[in-house]
Amino acid sequence: MAMFIRVDIEDDVVRKTPGLAKKLVEVCPVNIFKLGSAEGTAETVEENVDECTLCDLCMQASPEGVRVVKLYES
Amino acid sequence: MRFYESEAKKLLAKHGIAPVPGKLAINAADAERIASELGGAVVLKAQVISPAAFKAGAVRTAANASEAKQAADALLRLDDGGRRPQGILVEQRIAGACSIAFTYDGTRKRPVMAASTSAGSIERIADEHPDRVVRRHFSALLPFSDYLAKELVNALGWKGAESTALTPVVSRLAQLFLKYDLTQLEVTLGKLDDGKLAAVDCRADMEVEGRRRQKAVLEELGIRVDDSRAVREPTPFEVEAAKIDVEDPRGVAGPVVEFDGNIGLVIGAGGGSLTLTDAVRRHGGRPANYAALGGNPSVKKAARLTKLILSKPGVEKIAVMSNVVSNTRADLVARGVIKAVTELGFKPAEKIAIFRVPGAWEADAFKILEKYGVEYCDRTVSISEAAKRAVDKIGKIGR
Amino acid sequence: MGVLVHKDFTFIVQGITGREALNFTRECLEYGSKIVGGVTPGRGGREVYGVPVYDTVREITTTRKVDGSVVTVPLAFAPDAAFEAVDAGIRLIVIITEGIPRRDAAAIIEYADLRGARVIGPNCLGIIVPDVCRFGSLGGPAVDCRKAFKPGVVGVMSRSGGMTTEICNALSTAGLGESTAISIGGDPVIGSTYAELMPLFEADADTKAIVIYSEPGGTAEAELARWAKENKSRLPIVAFVAGRFMDDMPGMSFGHAGTVVETKVDSPADKIRRMREAGIAVADEIGDIPRLVKDRIEAAAARG
Repeated sequence: MAMFIRVDIEDDVVRKTPGLAKKLVEVCPVNIFKLGSAEGTAETVEENVDECTLCDLCMQASPEGVRVVKLYES
Repeated sequence: MRFYESEAKKLLAKHGIAPVPGKLAINAADAERIASELGGAVVLKAQVISPAAFKAGAVRTAANASEAKQAADALLRLDDGGRRPQGILVEQRIAGACSIAFTYDGTRKRPVMAASTSAGSIERIADEHPDRVVRRHFSALLPFSDYLAKELVNALGWKGAESTALTPVVSRLAQLFLKYDLTQLEVTLGKLDDGKLAAVDCRADMEVEGRRRQKAVLEELGIRVDDSRAVREPTPFEVEAAKIDVEDPRGVAGPVVEFDGNIGLVIGAGGGSLTLTDAVRRHGGRPANYAALGGNPSVKKAARLTKLILSKPGVEKIAVMSNVVSNTRADLVARGVIKAVTELGFKPAEKIAIFRVPGAWEADAFKILEKYGVEYCDRTVSISEAAKRAVDKIGKIGR
Repeated sequence: MGVLVHKDFTFIVQGITGREALNFTRECLEYGSKIVGGVTPGRGGREVYGVPVYDTVREITTTRKVDGSVVTVPLAFAPDAAFEAVDAGIRLIVIITEGIPRRDAAAIIEYADLRGARVIGPNCLGIIVPDVCRFGSLGGPAVDCRKAFKPGVVGVMSRSGGMTTEICNALSTAGLGESTAISIGGDPVIGSTYAELMPLFEADADTKAIVIYSEPGGTAEAELARWAKENKSRLPIVAFVAGRFMDDMPGMSFGHAGTVVETKVDSPADKIRRMREAGIAVADEIGDIPRLVKDRIEAAAARG
C-alpha cells in the first residue's frame, strides 16, 4: 500500500536493546511504529508509512535497527 | 455573520431602542392577524439574509390585513440561498426620519458612524449625494462618550428637543456596535405618534472572528453555534471538504470552490488560490473546481482532497500549483496527489497536467514526480506560465 | 538601506515557545537576525536556540534596547501581548496572529498611534531586508529564504504572506531584487497600509520601484490610488490584483478573513480602474510584474 517509503526493521537488533521498540513508537511524529506481537519488537503501521516526514528520528534512535528507504530513489 | 432583522431589533430593544410596533409572523394567516391588530398600512419583511433574496424583493407593503395575507404568502416562498425565510416581520408603516450607519474605516483604522436624513441606505446616499451624509470617527480603545453622538446629531442639523432625543439613541447604537463585535450596523429611525424615536429598519452583521466571545448574546437570540449564516447553504462538495479538514488536523484544507469547467485545481491557499484561479482563466482555461491546501497537510489529507476534486463529473485533468511554499512541504503534496490519482485507477503522468509547488523539500518532490513521469516545474517558471502549460494540455474554452 | 529594519535591528518574539514561533525563531537566527529575547508567560528562565525566555516584555526592555517585537501568541492573548509591547516602549510591532476581531485590531493600532509605535499586521508574516534582517516568519527556512529574497531595488508590499515570497522570488529571478519586502496583512483593519508605508520607501535611496499585491475587499487600494494622485512620487508603482474571478461571484469569501467582497465598491475591477487612473501600472498576469517594473524604472530614469 505504501508507494513512496519503506521502513525496514531488524527484529534481532531492536530486540537486543530493552525499551528500543517503545522508543521507536514514541519518537515517530506520524505513528509509523507500533509494538510487535513478539516481546521487544516493533512493527510498522502500513497505512502511515507514506506519511513519513523523513525526520530521521527513528534512525537516530537505532542506526542499526531501522532503515527508511525512499522508494522513489530506487 | 448576518442577523435576521427580527434578531437585530431584539438586540436594539435590549439596549432601550424600541422597534416600531410589529410582530414576527410564522405563516400567512399569522401575518393577516398581526396586520389587523396593528390596523392601517403595514410593511411585511421576509426574514432572509442572502443578497439574492433581498434583490428578489423581500419587502412588501400592504394597505390592509387581507393584502398582508397575500403578500406574506408570496414572501414565504422566497428562496434564501437554499433556505426558506425565517418568518415575516409585520410592522406598522412608519416613515424614516434619519438613517445611521456604523462600520470600520480601513483607511483611518477607526470605527466610524455616518448619518443622513435622506431616505434609503447610507451607502447609496453617500454614493449619490455625498453632501447629505455626515460622519464622525470614534475610538475602539476608549469608552464611547455621548458628546460624539451629540456632535454627529448637530452636524445632521437636528436642533432642540429633537437633538436631545436622538443623541442618546446614537450613543447606545455606537456602544452596542462595539460591544457585540459588529462590523456593520445600519438603522433607520422613525417618529411614532407620541414623538418617540423607534427603529424602522435595521441591518446588523457580527464579525465571525468575534462569535466566540459573543456566545452569551448569540444564545440569548437563539442562534446555534453551528449556524454559519452563510449567504447560501453549503454544497455536498463543501460539506465533504469540511469533513476532510476536521478529521485530520494537519494542515488546512479549503476553501473549496466549484465552477463548471474541466480542470480540477489542487492549489495553494490564501492569495495563491486567487492568483492561480485567475491565471488559469486568463489563459482560456475552465476550472471545474478548486481545493486550497494550506499549512503543512498530511499525505492522506492531500490525497483525500485530490480525490474529492477528481470526483466531480467532467474533470479531465488536475493541475497542482502553488506559490513558492515555506511551510507546506512539496514532497508530501506530491505523494498525496499521486497516491490519490493511482488509487482511483488513473496514470499520474496522464491525469496530472502540471505540478508547480516550489519551495520546502522540492528536491524530494521532483524525484517523486520524475519517477511517475509527471510534468513539473520549479520556481523559475512563473504561476502564469505554469497555468498556461496546464491549460494547453487540457484544452481551452470552446474547444 | 531598506525601510523599517536594519542590520543592528534587535527584536523579541512574544509567544516564542509556540510550535510555529520556534520554527521561525530558528529561521531568523540562521538568517542573521538579532533576537534578544522571547516572552511566554510562565516559561521565564528557559532558553530557545540560545534566546532567553522571560515572563514579561518589560524584563527585557529595562535591561537592553529592543527595536521591535513579533507577536505570535494565541488569538485570545494577542491584543494583550500587543498592548504590553507598546506599553514597554517598543516602536515596531509585527502581529502574525490570525483572526483578531477588528475591534481589537483598531484598539491596538490606536494605542500604538498614541504612543508613537507602528503596527504591521495583524494576520501578516513580517518584514525582510534581504541579507540584512528578517523580522518575522516570511520565507521559511533560511536556505529557502535566501533563494527567494535578494538585495535589490524593489519595495514590495503584499496583503498575502505566501504571495510576498512568490513575488519576491520572481523579482529576484529577474535580477531586480528587493530593497524591503513587507507582508502588511490580509485583514480589513491593519496597522500600516500601502499608502502609509509609501513615504518610507520614497525616502529610501535603494528603492527604485514599488510592487503591491492586492486581494478583494478593503479600501487600501483606493487609498493608495489617492496617495499616488496627490503625491508626485519618484517611485513607479506596479500592482497585481488577485481574485478577479470573484467579480463573477459577489458575496463569497475566500482564503483570508479579509478577502470578503462586502460591497460592489471594492470589487477587483473597481480597484484596477482606480489604480490605473492614478498612473499605477496594473499587471494582468503575475508573470508580467518583473517586466513592467523594468520598463517603469527605465522610463523614470529617462525622465531624469
